[in-house]
This record gives sequence, structure tokens and C-alpha cells, in this order.
Amino acid sequence: MEDCLAKKMEITVSEAEKRTGRNAMNIQETYTAYLIETRAVESQSEGQCAPVESLWRRYSEFELLRNYLSVTYPHIVVPPLPEKRADFVWHKLSADNMDPDFVERRRIGLENFLLRVASHPVLCQDKIFYSFLTQEGGWKEMVNETGFQLKADSRLKALNATFRVKNPDKRFTELKHYSDELQSVISHLLRVRARVADRLYGVYKVHGNYGRVFSEWSAIEKEMGDGLQSAGHHMDVYAASIDDILEEEEHYADQLKEYLFYAEALRAVCRKHELMQYDLEMAAQDLTSKKQQCEELATGTVRTFSLKGMTSKLFGQETPEQREAKIKVLEEQIQEGEEQLKSKNLEGRDFVKSAWADIERFKEQKNHDLKEALISYAVMQISMCKKGIQVWTNAKECFSKM
Amino acid sequence: TSLAEVNSFSPSMPISPSSMINQYKFEDEPELRDLFITVDDPESHITAIETFITYRVVTKTSRSEFDSSEYEVRRRYQDFLWLKSKLEEAHPTLIIPPLPEKFIMRGMVERFSDEFIETRRKALHKFLNRIADHPTLTFNEDFKIFLTAQAWELSSHKKQGPGLLSRMGQTVRAVASSVRGAVKNRPGMFTEINNYMETFSQKINLLDKIAHRIYKEERDYFNEMKEYGPIHTLWSASEEDIADSLKGIASCIDRCCKATEKRMAGLSENLLPILHEYVLYSEILMGVLKRRDQIQGELDSKVDALANRKTEKDLFSEEIGKLEDKVERANNALKADWDRWKQNMQCDMRSTFTNVAENNLRFYEECLATWESFLASQSVDLHVEEDSEDRP
Repeated sequence: MEDCLAKKMEITVSEAEKRTGRNAMNIQETYTAYLIETRAVESQSEGQCAPVESLWRRYSEFELLRNYLSVTYPHIVVPPLPEKRADFVWHKLSADNMDPDFVERRRIGLENFLLRVASHPVLCQDKIFYSFLTQEGGWKEMVNETGFQLKADSRLKALNATFRVKNPDKRFTELKHYSDELQSVISHLLRVRARVADRLYGVYKVHGNYGRVFSEWSAIEKEMGDGLQSAGHHMDVYAASIDDILEEEEHYADQLKEYLFYAEALRAVCRKHELMQYDLEMAAQDLTSKKQQCEELATGTVRTFSLKGMTSKLFGQETPEQREAKIKVLEEQIQEGEEQLKSKNLEGRDFVKSAWADIERFKEQKNHDLKEALISYAVMQISMCKKGIQVWTNAKECFSKM
Repeated sequence: TSLAEVNSFSPSMPISPSSMINQYKFEDEPELRDLFITVDDPESHITAIETFITYRVVTKTSRSEFDSSEYEVRRRYQDFLWLKSKLEEAHPTLIIPPLPEKFIMRGMVERFSDEFIETRRKALHKFLNRIADHPTLTFNEDFKIFLTAQAWELSSHKKQGPGLLSRMGQTVRAVASSVRGAVKNRPGMFTEINNYMETFSQKINLLDKIAHRIYKEERDYFNEMKEYGPIHTLWSASEEDIADSLKGIASCIDRCCKATEKRMAGLSENLLPILHEYVLYSEILMGVLKRRDQIQGELDSKVDALANRKTEKDLFSEEIGKLEDKVERANNALKADWDRWKQNMQCDMRSTFTNVAENNLRFYEECLATWESFLASQSVDLHVEEDSEDRP
């Protein structure tokens, strides 16, 4: 981690601003722009702080950056972006992209994304990433000039490979199943959590009705009046306390969501492996059939049915010269094929090695982060219980004085 | 509450806090009680015409008016209705305790479901004990017969006394006299009580609705929580490093779930019945105030009639004298009973809401302990990890 950018540079996404502009089709649109601030971390001996550089980026540019990184480093589990649209919301939260709470949580998510990339031993060294952070104008053109879109594998090709690959690395198959399970279980958890939050909100808020009625009732009572009135106040406090509690829990949900999206990144690496493996298998198959063809032509035996063989039987055999020419072509192709196969094999082994190294790194990060998140959830529950104890202790005192 | 709690005859030492709430709180010293009543053992009876439930009513007493010191009879809801109407007849300006309603619309509870029967049994138990503790009603003759007579004795006793027609006549006269503006001569004190009851009735009805709403929200929350915990267990199956943490969270959520159930039970056993009783009480009190107005109305109309009379003035004066006594007795009885009722209401509200707060405290304390022990277990793991890293 000594080389990573995060150690040399402070990175924050400090602000979000609503903008209006014209899009590619010259239609006016509203979008949010985020301010990225960077500052070089000076060594202690320098004493002075470096100046803060800043530039504005919108979500679509973050998407472009991530797409570039995914295509350029297919063996890396690339950190995910925060969600495009609010999902798993409970009723009080709005699903509107322009909602200030959503924008704020997205700002935090984007900052987290940049920090993750900047702390990644491989990704942090990427020039396009560095320019994203430091170069305001012409960045988009720079990315497109890399031609990374051409390197992107089509989804259809990838799907085809998934079905047809014969011998994928067992570890990747297991990883694929794991990431599917992770996605499914975290989605389920987030859905139920949102429903639980909704219900909890209801329980707290309904207690708020006590306040008004106690207050009105206290007006006709002599001895009970004070107790009722002050108890009502505590009920109001209780009802109001749920807002902060659930806002904090939203951050916990965001932590889980990050790993929900990370599961997709894991799948992408597995898909790449399947594609490469399938490519390799196809190349090997092609080579084998060419070798066979060559052999048949050389020895004159037809072991496998081929249309060519049939037509030559029907319309007369070829001349020896023709056969020689064919064999020559095939031998060239076989040579080429063998070289290609060798390099594909090497490529494949390199991919598996470097991908697996990053997956191990990811696993450790995931275990650490999720454990921390679960602990923070427990801490939140404890804080909620303590607040509840305080309110009801106060209320009990008021009631006992009625 | 088990039968053991219901049968406990020592009000100074209740078995559990909830049974203490369910038994009526008496303002008299416990040692002065000489009449102990329990209602239990609901039994279903099926005849050709109908199905009904009877409850066992056990009375233990040291009073000399009672021939025996212990009685056991079976009574059905109809019998309780009869008792209430007899008490209202005999003491029109006393506050007769509420009876549980015939049907309950809210929550669509089945007529003979266990829940319905148990709720009704507890309310009937309270009803009889409140009468037993009332300084006047406790000595009522019909009350004694209710507690002691065998089924056939009670039936024959019910058939005596003013018939249905005469009772109807009373009602007609009462309505007629109230129309004659009894309110104009009403002593200020009773107008005050009337105003108080109007507001009180409004507020208690609101509180009743709020409490039911809270119960419903807690139940909905509980239902979602039931699904929440197991997901963490499911997740732990595909993890290694964090499997223990996930299982720990699952077990915490499950324990909080159980605590929520207890919290709900506390509401339904304590707050909901009490609020419901006072909703009924506010209707009863409005009725008592009306009857007092009617009695006064009788006097007022006779006084008006006297003013217009030339002959038989002496006879009228005698009648008026009797009515004046009647009004004074009624007013005094109501005044005393009102003071007593207010005291008890205050006591009930204080202990009920304190109990609600205690219930919630217990809930949060239990949940706190659960999460804190989870947190402690996680710290232990962290220390173990650190140690193993230090080793070469």
C-alpha cells in the first residue's frame, strides 16, 4: 500500500450542486454536479499545507471512469459506484434523485468510490484516474481516445461463453456461486430492513399522539395535571427521536449496498475468466481440427465426414499439386494457431493469477468492512435502547406523580 | 394469568404485577375486606336453542349476613346484566361499575374465541370486586343473591319484582321529566361534573384509540422483525470469517423480537382493558348525571304544579317534602360516589400508565443487554486476532 495514491493525496467530494444545462440532444436538463477536492499530502518536514485543487464532475462522468477501469483491468474487482436511483426505500425517504438526502448520501458514496480506487495498489496508478481527479477540461475526450470501448466484451458473447465453457477454473465457478448468493441475500436483507424501518417509524410516531391528548386532559385535572402534561412532553421527545435513529441506519444500509454492488464486480471478473477460457477452448478445438484435416490430406484417409471429401469423391479427386498447396496452407495455419494457443494459455494463466490475487485482497477487505458494519449496527441499536430507557424513565417518573 | 393468580385471596401479596393490576385496587385497608370474589373456569353449554358460556363465581366471606362462609355458583353473562340493572334501579345516582360489552366489533374477535372469553372473564371479575368494595352496593340484597343463589333460585328470584311494563313506564316518565328542563335548577357542582365528564369522555376515547393503534403498529413491527433475523443466519451459511458475527446478529434480533411480544402482551393485558373500562365509565357517569337531573325534575315539576293549585295544597306540600328528601339523598349519594370515583380513577391511571412505562423500560433494557453482550463477544474476537498477528 506504500505506492497507493490515497497516501499521497487527500481526496474529498465536498459539495453537490444542482445545475441546468443542455444535453447532447440540445434539450434542457437538470443534474447534480459534485465538487472533487484534492490536495497533495506534504511530508511533515515541509510544514506548510499544499493548496487545494478542485473541479466539478457529474455522475455520468463517474460512470464513464468506472466503465473504463472495468474494461482496462478485467482481472480487478473494481469498486462499485453508489446506486443510480434510490432503491430499497421505506416510505419516509423519497425515491427522487433530486431529494437532498439522496444527493447527500450519493456524495458520500462517490467520495468512498474515489478513495477505494485511490487505495487500490493497481488502479491508483492509472493515468486516466489521476486526470479525472485533476484535469477539468478534455478528460472525456482523453478517455474516449484510449479506445477502451472497443476492448469491451459484448454481453452476448459473455453469455454465450458462460453456457458453453467446458473447463472453467473451479475456484471461479465457486466464486460465481458465492457472488450470486451474496447478491441475493443482501437484496433480501435490505428489502426487509426497509420494511422494519417503516414499522418502527410507525410505532414511535403514534406515541406522539399521547402528547396532545395528555395536554388537553391535564387542563381539566387538578392533581394529575402536572404529571400528565410533562409525561406528554416526554412522549413527544420519544416520537421525535426515531428520525435521527433511522437516518443513521440509512448509512448502515449504504454500507451493505456497496457490497451488494461489489458482488456484481466479482461476477464481472468471473465472466471475463469464462470468456477467456472459452476462447482458449475454441482455439484449441480449431487447432485440433486443422491438424486432423492436415493429416487426412497427407495420408489420403478420410476419417471424418466432410463435405469437401464428398464433393471430391463425386467430382473427382484433386491433383497432387492442389493437395500439396492445401497442406502447406494448413501447416502455416497450424503453426500460427499453436503460437496463438500458447500465448492465450499464458494470458489465461496470468489472468487467473492476478485476478485471484485481487480476489484474495477483496475478500479480506470485505470481511473487515462487513464485520465493522455489523458492529456499527449493534452500536446503533444500543444507542436507540439507551435513548428509549431515558425517555421512559422520565415518563415513568411523571406518571407516578399523577 | 393462571388460575392460581385468579384464586389468590391475599390482595396485599399479589403473585405477579399483572395480577395486581387485574385485581381491583382497593382504597380500603386490606385487613378490612370481608368479602372475596373470584370469577374463573369458563365452560361452554350447548342446548338445542343456544350455546352459551357460564363462569364459576366463588365467594369467601366472614360476614354474618351470609349463611355460609363459602359459596360456589355458575353464572352466565345475562345474569351479570340482570345484576347491573337491579343495582341501577335501586341506586339511580350511584356509579355502578361497567360490564364488558355484549359484542366486540374491533379486531373482529370471534364470539367464543379463547381471547374473547378470557378478556370477558377478567372484566366480570373486576365488575364483582368493584361492587364488593363499594360502601353501599356491597350490602345490596340482589348482589348477595347473585353470589349465593343456585341457578334455579336465581331464576325464580329474577321473575319477581317490577315487571317489564312497569320498568318501561319508569323510563317514559324519566324521559318526559328530563324534557321539562331539569337543568335550570341544577346545583353548580353537578354542572361542573357534567362539563368535566364531557371533556374526560372525549379524551379517554381518544386515548383508547391511540392505545389500540400503538398495539397494531407494534404487532406489524413484530411481524417484520420475525423475518429479519433469519436472513442473517441464511447469509452466514455462505460466509466463513463473518459467519459468527452474522449468527450473533440473528440471535440478537430474535431476542428483541421476543421482547417485543412481551411488550405487546403488557399493553393488551393492562392498558387496553383499563382504558376501555373508563370509556364505559364515562357513559355510565353521563347516565348517572341524567338520572339525578330526572329526580330533580320530578321535584321541580311538582313545585311548579303547586304554585298553580288552589285546593289540596297540604297534600301537595307533603309530596314535595318527600321529593325534596329524595333529591337531597340522591345529590349526596352522587357527590360521595363521585369523589370516590375520581380518587379511584386517578389511582388507576397512575398505576396503569406507570406500568406502561415499566413495560417499555423492561423492553429496552432487555434489548440493550442483548446487543451489549453481542458487542462484547465481537471485541473478544478482535483481541484474539491481534494476538495471532503478533506471533512470528
